[in-house]
Amino acid sequence: MRPIVLSIAFAAAAVAAPASAQSPDAARDIAATCANCHGTNGMSRGVTESLAGKPKAEIAAKLLEFKQNQRPGTIMPQLAKGFTDAQIDAVAAWFAAQPSK
Amino acid sequence: MDQQRREFLAAAGALAGAAALPGCATTGGGGTAGKVVVVGGGYGGATAAKYLRMWSNGTVGVTLIESRDSFVSCPLSNLVIGGSRTIADLTVSYDQLGRRWGVDVVRDMATAVDVDKRVVTTAGGRTFGYDRLVLSPGIEFIFDAIPSYRADPARAVGIVPHAWQAGPQTVLLRQQLEAMPDGGTFAIVIPVAPYRCPPGPYERVCQVAWYLKRSKPRSKILVCDGNPDVTSKAALFKKAWAEEYRGLIEYRPNNVLADVDLATRTAKFETADDVKADVLNVVPPQRAGAIARAADVITANNRWCEVDFRSFESVRGKGVHVLGDAIQIAQAMPKSGHMANNHGKIAAAAILRMLAGQEPNPSPVLTNTCYSYITDKDVVHVASVHQWDAEKKTVLPVPNSGGLSPAMNELEGTYANAWARNIWADMLA
Repeated sequence: MRPIVLSIAFAAAAVAAPASAQSPDAARDIAATCANCHGTNGMSRGVTESLAGKPKAEIAAKLLEFKQNQRPGTIMPQLAKGFTDAQIDAVAAWFAAQPSK
Repeated sequence: MDQQRREFLAAAGALAGAAALPGCATTGGGGTAGKVVVVGGGYGGATAAKYLRMWSNGTVGVTLIESRDSFVSCPLSNLVIGGSRTIADLTVSYDQLGRRWGVDVVRDMATAVDVDKRVVTTAGGRTFGYDRLVLSPGIEFIFDAIPSYRADPARAVGIVPHAWQAGPQTVLLRQQLEAMPDGGTFAIVIPVAPYRCPPGPYERVCQVAWYLKRSKPRSKILVCDGNPDVTSKAALFKKAWAEEYRGLIEYRPNNVLADVDLATRTAKFETADDVKADVLNVVPPQRAGAIARAADVITANNRWCEVDFRSFESVRGKGVHVLGDAIQIAQAMPKSGHMANNHGKIAAAAILRMLAGQEPNPSPVLTNTCYSYITDKDVVHVASVHQWDAEKKTVLPVPNSGGLSPAMNELEGTYANAWARNIWADMLA
């Protein structure tokens, strides 16, 4: 399941290639929009999931499932639809690279 | 910032209470890579201050000028009015910004800006030079729009609170509701949009109703809205008023305030009938906070500050970045604390690149998530994503993204609490 979703993500990323890929800080800057609910650098203090250090494949797959209405949620299905697949891939990689404590 | 530095930063941050950043001991007032002054320690300014220090690895000096001794959140403050929270629950110290992040927190009021010389002056007579200035002044009320307020606005809001800046005003409105007899009338007067926090007045109606339903059930709520309809989450609020709070609430659209009779707590409207209330809550019309006028960056309708959304730099004031409720919003972009936090991050990223002689990120992204409490536990949300449109040179909501809760629910109440804890830490811890 997971490898299939991921390969879709990479294929879509290759096609989409948004302008945001031009900035070296783009992934960090997108991830910063998650911090309001998921904590600074993905370290949550509440019931919201911590994202720091989670495997990239897991984060990307969840976000794509939210985006494609394959995973139930409250806010996330609505927010995930606002990001390109390439942005989802980049932000998942960024969180995966963060220390988890 | 490379990975090694990030890891160092995180490790350093873990040393509780210690000076966590290189250069902290000398505080953020100095800084080798530039000097930024931030005016206003709310959702926008505090976020910008922290992120400037975090993302520059402590190399950019940051001074935060804020007149209050601690942060008090407007989001969730309607729960204080309803009685399920206290102001203390919404209050967060500025200490960690100094101790952990090395921000030089100055308790003073910025009163003047010399944009050419790049100097801020305070009420305390101090001056602060800067390479880049961040203004996050929030709102000020246009008291002149209400004739009876003109002579002494402080006295007026002591009788008829606005409670639209969290703190003593919030507590005053709560006290007035507690003193109101069962069978009394609470009336709220909502200004014509745009104003701070579009769903805020309607959430307040829910919270007052939650209190009255339990404690003073013979009472009545009148919602006198200057707008033609509920401006945010309309269907969700109307459903709550019709079901959860049936019989308590009367909604009156197009009630544009003309004046207030302070002696009788009577609101007078341009065309609608007068409303006399036992507890009257007038939310006056608003504009960017006073320092924006002093810096001459109010450029829209004599009320708001237009900015370039790639950097939040003023379209007029060179080197001056404006955040939060003070800005002229882009399409469908609410004046919210969550948005101000996002403004702070985009501005911080852009400022660091500009100080290094680089262009800002050419395609900024913002999100908004806004929870409204219907009861003390049940919550509804509105969420949106805003991406840069290179052709229109603004940020626009992404088609088919964002949306509302299907109905009020307790699960989102737990998420709203988690949102508050995380966003307060994101800006202040």
